[in-house]
Amino acid sequence: MKKITAAGLNLHYGTFHALIDVSLGIEPNKITAMIGPSGCGKSTLLRVFNRMNDAIEGVRVAGNVELDGENILAYRDDEAIDILRRKVGMVFQRPNPFPLSVFENVAFGMRIHKLARGRELEDRVAESLKAVLLWDALKDKLKRSALSLTLEQRQRLCIARLIAVTPDVILLDEPCSSLDPVATLKIEELMLELKKRYTIIIVTHNMAQAARVSDETGFMLLGRLVEFGETSRIFTAPQAKETEEYITGRYG
Amino acid sequence: MRDANLVIRNGVNVGFKAVIIVFSVAAVLPLAFILGFIAFQGISALNLDFFIHGSKPTGEVGGGILNALVGSGLLILIASLAAVPVSVVTGVYLAENRTSKLAFFVRWAVDLIQGMPSIVLGLIGYAWFVLPIARATGSGVTFSILAGGLTLALMMLPIIIKSTEETVRLIPVSLKEASIALGVPYWRTILSVVLPASLSGIVSGVLIAVGRIAGETAPLLFTVFGNYYFNADILKPSDAMPLLIFNYTMSPYDDLHRIAWGAAFVLVAFILILNIFVRLVVRRWKIRF
Amino acid sequence: MAEFHSLNSADARPAENKGGAEQAPPSFKAARGRVGRTRGRIGEILFKILLTGGGFVVLVIVAGILLSLIVNSVPSLAAFGPAFLAGTTWNPSGGEFGALPFIVGTILTAFLALFFSLPFSLSLSVLLGEYFRKGPFAALIRTMMELLAGIPSVIYGLAGTFFIVPLIQALEMGIGFVPYGVGIISASIVLAVMIIPYSASLGKEVLELVPEELKEGAYSLGATRTEVVTRIMVPYSFSGIIAGITLALGRALGETIAVTMLIGNMNAIPENLFAPGQTIASLIANEFNEAGADLHRASLLELGLILFVITALITILGKYVIRKMSVGGSS
Repeated sequence: MKKITAAGLNLHYGTFHALIDVSLGIEPNKITAMIGPSGCGKSTLLRVFNRMNDAIEGVRVAGNVELDGENILAYRDDEAIDILRRKVGMVFQRPNPFPLSVFENVAFGMRIHKLARGRELEDRVAESLKAVLLWDALKDKLKRSALSLTLEQRQRLCIARLIAVTPDVILLDEPCSSLDPVATLKIEELMLELKKRYTIIIVTHNMAQAARVSDETGFMLLGRLVEFGETSRIFTAPQAKETEEYITGRYG
Repeated sequence: MRDANLVIRNGVNVGFKAVIIVFSVAAVLPLAFILGFIAFQGISALNLDFFIHGSKPTGEVGGGILNALVGSGLLILIASLAAVPVSVVTGVYLAENRTSKLAFFVRWAVDLIQGMPSIVLGLIGYAWFVLPIARATGSGVTFSILAGGLTLALMMLPIIIKSTEETVRLIPVSLKEASIALGVPYWRTILSVVLPASLSGIVSGVLIAVGRIAGETAPLLFTVFGNYYFNADILKPSDAMPLLIFNYTMSPYDDLHRIAWGAAFVLVAFILILNIFVRLVVRRWKIRF
Repeated sequence: MAEFHSLNSADARPAENKGGAEQAPPSFKAARGRVGRTRGRIGEILFKILLTGGGFVVLVIVAGILLSLIVNSVPSLAAFGPAFLAGTTWNPSGGEFGALPFIVGTILTAFLALFFSLPFSLSLSVLLGEYFRKGPFAALIRTMMELLAGIPSVIYGLAGTFFIVPLIQALEMGIGFVPYGVGIISASIVLAVMIIPYSASLGKEVLELVPEELKEGAYSLGATRTEVVTRIMVPYSFSGIIAGITLALGRALGETIAVTMLIGNMNAIPENLFAPGQTIASLIANEFNEAGADLHRASLLELGLILFVITALITILGKYVIRKMSVGGSS
């Protein structure tokens, strides 16, 4: 069964029709990349999956989006949204660690959701940091402010932060655009490691990255999902003309 | 499956917002009380007598605020005349010299003056403006409107300096460069281009400073001192609005309390109207080039 | 603006039009050269001196204030030395002057006022900095806050005299204290209302500056708004909030007239919060004009000096924290 499915998804910002009749299915434990020129709606689509669009004024969503078979658009009460946000975590373009220590950053989600305490909390912080390969570097520096880390370390920390609340799905919105090429490759390696346990959806404007890392790719243009399918096929034998033009660099 | 923790968190979330709103409203409510009662009590004291008479001997009913009005008017005039030139010049200096060492110290000095307790300024006013005049003229200690005005000028300095600096800083560099490139000398550029463009900001600063000092009492205690009789001679002591309110409130006579409320009404109305005028009118002035 | 200033710096020589001035790149110096001549140069220099002079005047004023206070306190400094600060007797006719009751009164009222004001000013900061940033409600609250800051001290004293004092009197009678009405607590309550806008507006400004992405990071983890405010926004803005509180404290320490009207004017260390007392500012306000003896005057001035130093230190501290914040970012 698909992890996430969307059917007839339409989203408006006021009068602007940002997502037009989007339908797709995300495979579990795979990396799915969404590519397309700026403003095509890929970030908007990502934010539908954890209902982060709710905070924006004047937003209207219609259609069906299911996570593990449940329509998440229908969630009305805070409780369900709270659980959704735990299941579906998000990593942002610019690393945004909290102004707290490394330990407290990772522990944040566990503390507010009361998922663990004391010894168990410490263990889970350690596990999360190990999963993002930060443990060895930081195990003696847990009390240090998160702001003292390098950009790449901060981004890993942000990933560790959401791993700690055991999500199923990790959404990454252009996670490497603030990082240099070496750091980018390291994060990509991490993603390949993480997909064994999580379903990963990544939005990127870097086509080479999409080609390197993802199993499936979706191309969006002006709010529509133009094409969606296995990555190798999309990049070697795209079916839609717009896809081909984008991939060969005619625009975007 | 209702998660107990979630219920608590949501409850806390709603409760917190409610508490914040309640406390915030409570914090600003005193304004409504103060204005309300000043209006209520003060209006009843206003009549023609109130404005055209000075103080009456204790025990006599009636009397008004004429002395205090005139005193305050003269004080504001003197203070503004003394403060504006120095403040505007300093404000321009600070705006044009962001990084110099001297400017750094000057900024700290301005902050220090701004943070000074008004009573200390009153002491300084006594030491600088009352004593010397007394020594120079050989007479006894002479309180005067002049001394009070100059002391109030000290208080106006930081306000006008800061608003002038802010306004001048906001003038686009391109405006200045255009003028310089035309061959206009720097000093002329400042005077003919930058200052007129900053006029609304500078005037707002001056008017805000006026509003500030109109109600100040402490600097006047040892400089203007107060005067039972009408006086428009700036070298002699005089009454002033805040002084009148201060003295009458602390007196035991109801009649004087009534006048104090009336004076408070006039004073607060003046300050409010001044503020509204600044916000709505002055800030909108723009000189087009 | 820095580069603009250098265009006018003294190293610009009036460009002489020797033959091929066209070879030099079209520079401002050349432009000025066409118009500038010695007269213009003198005008420039004089103008610069004028501007700098303004700055100097301000420096001189501050230095002068400090100097005047010190010089005029000398008789008292000489007579009592550091023991002045610990002395508890204030007896003008006997020539005995001790500052302690007034230092205690000043600090007590200021900190009490700060304590009372904190929940309210923090609420205002959070309300305007996060919950209601725009819209009519926010505008109303903001305007009321600004107006509160603009009301003269004597008016607060007036309102306090006729509303707070009777209330406190009734309270005192109810709980069995001497019904002074005036006293430390009345002065502190009114002082608290006066200083709320100062810490509130600075707090609001720093909270507004919290980056959206930080908040989004927390929301995406499932945090509630309260959790975002208390666990992320306030820690982020902590130094700014402290700076605002420091500024409010400075204001409270220096406040004169409202306190004079409400504190009861008793020259002794207050035995409890409901008793009357005296602050440095209210003492000076009450006694200075009647003070005949040199020592009396000098002692009052020494107290003024002490107050000046305390408030100056607090002001410097507060502004230093603000400057550090705007240069280096938060935390």
